[in-house]
Amino acid sequence: MQALQILVDGFAISALYALGAVGFTLIFGVSGVLNLSHGAIMVVAAMIAWYTAGSLHIGTYGGLVAGMAAGMITAFATYLLIVRPIQRSRAIAAEEKEIFVLTGTLLWGIMIQVLLAYAFTTNPISVRPLAPGVVNLVGVRTPVNEIVVAAVSWAVIGLLWLLVNRTRTGKALLAASINPRGLTLLGFELSRIYLLVWAIYGTLAGIAGVLLATFLGASSDNIGQLTASAFSIVVLGGLGSVSGSLIAAYVVGYLETMTAYLISPTIRSMPGLLLLVLVLYLRPQGLLGRR
Amino acid sequence: MAARATRVGLVALATVAVAATLPLWVSSYILGVLTLAYYFGVFAMSWDLLFGFAGEVNFGPTFLTGLGAYAAGMLNSFLNWPIVPCVIAGGVVALAGGVLLALPALKLHGPYFGLVTLNAVLLLQQLIVVFAGATGGEIGLTIPSVLSIDAGPNYEYALGFMAVSGALLYGLSRSPAGLILQASGQDSIEAAALGFNVTKHKLAAFCVSALFSGLAGAMLVFYLGTASVGSVVDIAVGVQVIIAAVLGGRRTILGAVIGAVFLLGAAEVLRPLGQLSTFVVSGIALLAILFFPNGLMGYALHGSER
Repeated sequence: MQALQILVDGFAISALYALGAVGFTLIFGVSGVLNLSHGAIMVVAAMIAWYTAGSLHIGTYGGLVAGMAAGMITAFATYLLIVRPIQRSRAIAAEEKEIFVLTGTLLWGIMIQVLLAYAFTTNPISVRPLAPGVVNLVGVRTPVNEIVVAAVSWAVIGLLWLLVNRTRTGKALLAASINPRGLTLLGFELSRIYLLVWAIYGTLAGIAGVLLATFLGASSDNIGQLTASAFSIVVLGGLGSVSGSLIAAYVVGYLETMTAYLISPTIRSMPGLLLLVLVLYLRPQGLLGRR
Repeated sequence: MAARATRVGLVALATVAVAATLPLWVSSYILGVLTLAYYFGVFAMSWDLLFGFAGEVNFGPTFLTGLGAYAAGMLNSFLNWPIVPCVIAGGVVALAGGVLLALPALKLHGPYFGLVTLNAVLLLQQLIVVFAGATGGEIGLTIPSVLSIDAGPNYEYALGFMAVSGALLYGLSRSPAGLILQASGQDSIEAAALGFNVTKHKLAAFCVSALFSGLAGAMLVFYLGTASVGSVVDIAVGVQVIIAAVLGGRRTILGAVIGAVFLLGAAEVLRPLGQLSTFVVSGIALLAILFFPNGLMGYALHGSER
């Protein structure tokens, strides 16, 4: 019985983690950026969705759209205000750019976090479920919303897969991750591809943030934890490997759910952190990483 | 190079001498802010040794300070050890924790190293909460002994500790070992090709960084009279350390102290803004990264050579 409960609950949480991590890994794969303001972007989307849905009465789905837009705008701002100026700066040596991007996005995330706490307090908010009610799934009482969250997450991941593998634009994205210089020689504008990939990333993070808020709630206090878990999942799966991230999301999601049910919810994230440290020591490139 | 090092040393010595007279003519409120800033300065200098010289970004400086702080605090509160052995023990525990973290972590580079150190902080934070019986959990651990109840002596202790740590760390960074470290941070392959043992030097840097972080964490606990997650372990504290070091100027060691004084001073001046003061301080740090990546001290030393 409990095993089934873990199976069902873990599936939904893992799907959400997968959605959050796919954007993170995409942005790394294509533009080589590890964005430490990831959690902040997710929570901005969640807060905007909560605010617009509640105070402006546009409903949960309207809130979802507003949240997506907010995620995209925040991601653009991150790229244009922080990442690109650092990448183009002549005062920073090339081999130090990566570290500066990490530090810069970390600071940016903190600025967003403080601003959110100021505007909306640190009290956790939750967006109304996308679908109300409870159903009996293989003997487990499951909120319909949990199923919808999992379904939407997978649908979005599926769409992303189609976009990357089946469209001309997607192939350009892939090419940019493999050989940016070659792509430029073929006459593609690299800067436009980067803008596009940040837009996709922002939308994904936005959806993930709003879904999270319908399901577990969101607070500006969670930002660090959200960034750390996305970072962990992506590294566990292998930086830049989308399928690795998906597998890792399920490993971490189930590990956390099992810990919460079987040991104690307070140490929920601990086994995941330990596993990550262990994997990095034994296999630094992650589960499916290329080096 | 040698002439400049002497000049820097003289300026630093003069600054410390002037700073030592401060208790005679400034209020105890300012002394309190500076005391805290000096301890943060040591955290930031230790961090700079690892980041600026060894080229490894440590997102978990508070893992080391937290270990030192809690080890010293628990020894004092449960075994009634006097302050000096407690501080030394804090340094040793942080050193041990640093080795434990560094040995495998140094196989990793860049973001991987950063992530492992970040995770170490999150783990420590959770361990403190889980073993709330021994650590005081989220409320914090009350420490029976304090360095002094007067602001003046507390300030002098902090200044003395900071000056000695600064001299040792700066001396180390300008020594042949420091140069090898700097070389391995900038191009580890070439440094290795020249016959230097890169891993050994980075491990040594990590150990020194850990030792000083732990000592400073332990001293801070005896100043504050309490050890809590919010004051010595939280990631936000670690970020402040990083901001201080980057603002002050990487690869300068001493700049980190300037950064820490500036940071805590700014936070104090901006206190009327409430929560938003963190926003402004982070914003300033971000602008510094974007426009003056070499920091205050780097700018003062190298001026326009860019």
